[in-house]
Amino acid sequence: MSEFKTIDARNTFCPGPLMELITYMKQAEVGDMLELLSTDSGTASDVPEWIDKVGHEMISSEKIDDVWHLKVRKLK
Amino acid sequence: MRILVVGGGCGGTILANNLARRLAGEIRSRKVRLTMLSASDKHMYQPGLLYVAFGQMMPDELYRDQQSLLEPSIEFHVDPVEAFHLDQNRVTTKSGRSHEYDVLVIATGSRIVPEEVPGLVEGSETFYSEAAAVKMFKRLREFEGGKVAIVVGVPHKCPIAPVEVTFSLHDYFKTRGIRDKVHIKYHYPIGRIHTIENVAKWAKPEFDRIGVEYETLFNVREVDVENQVVKSEEGTETEYDLLISIPPHRGMPVIERDQLGDGGWIPTDRYKLTMEGHDNVYVLGDTTNLPVSKTGSAAHFEAEVVAENISSIIKIGTPVRDYDGKVYCFIEAGHDRATYAMFNYENPPDLKAPNKSMHWFKMSYNKMYWTSVRGLL
Repeated sequence: MSEFKTIDARNTFCPGPLMELITYMKQAEVGDMLELLSTDSGTASDVPEWIDKVGHEMISSEKIDDVWHLKVRKLK
Repeated sequence: MRILVVGGGCGGTILANNLARRLAGEIRSRKVRLTMLSASDKHMYQPGLLYVAFGQMMPDELYRDQQSLLEPSIEFHVDPVEAFHLDQNRVTTKSGRSHEYDVLVIATGSRIVPEEVPGLVEGSETFYSEAAAVKMFKRLREFEGGKVAIVVGVPHKCPIAPVEVTFSLHDYFKTRGIRDKVHIKYHYPIGRIHTIENVAKWAKPEFDRIGVEYETLFNVREVDVENQVVKSEEGTETEYDLLISIPPHRGMPVIERDQLGDGGWIPTDRYKLTMEGHDNVYVLGDTTNLPVSKTGSAAHFEAEVVAENISSIIKIGTPVRDYDGKVYCFIEAGHDRATYAMFNYENPPDLKAPNKSMHWFKMSYNKMYWTSVRGLL
């Protein structure tokens, strides 16, 4: 069983993948792990930049069949 | 067949009227009964609040009696749902009544929760309610110059609002002849100045042109009201004399209370618009957890799909189309120019240069809405 809550932000332009991730981060508890799915190539750099700046943890980032899978952990 | 629509906002009203016309014969012959439950006997045109905040519309222009917007065949009750019993296909209401259904549509919308950000209620002006919009206008009228900061909570309804209010502030102070005494700084949660890339590409040079400073990756954490400083999750802060906020939103309390969805957003199939795990429950507009703008426009297009599908299921036993993620948003680029963004799941918006015609179209739409919400436009 996956410990990650999946956020399906594929094929979306507004509010967009990072805004979706921020929404779910606000709802999550410290320690929760989220997996963001995105077809927007900009997500691969946008999400790590925000995660780094705000102080959460970037677990992994990989592209599988044209979909970015970005796994993060809420730290605060 | 009992169809129950919960919520009398934009999505619920368009859906109910559309269904009432599609199923006129079935309703007349009593094969179908269409009922709407709403929390209010009034219907508000929410986009008008931005105009109220700049003294361009009066609050009473925003309202119509909900009953007057509905087809006569719709049974309407001002009696909000207090509990959903999805396993029993019924809801209970504030008055204590129980309504059973065969098909349920949940369109309860969203609400602002500025109280989730310490200091935001006391420290900022906003325009997401009638009282707040009037208060914001009075504050703007009294403002004689200084630092204006705009901050944006997540998630929020009407994703275009942050840039619209910024352009409007510029034009408002310019009209008053004090723009040179006002420093406007815009803050946005992600790494560009708008979530839609083409809007960001257009708005950035416009902000540069009109002298609006911007800071990205700024998620408002708290407002130090005493010292007039707004602080971000990312560790930065901005001093202000006047703080304008787009508050964070949540779904309605009953959705969270009944555990239908985290944050009050119901998990929804992005094409069928059914609630996950419940084929006879549809979800519309802000209430969904879809990665789609929380706007009346999205609710409108979703309502048309759901109405067509409920109707076709009754008539031929199957739905006929999917929701393609369509959204159409006007974008006011100040007080005399506008453009628009139209997009769906597959196609990003292709932004055109703002012009006066589109602004006047938007001003017309502010009146035409009452035709639209009746399902006629």
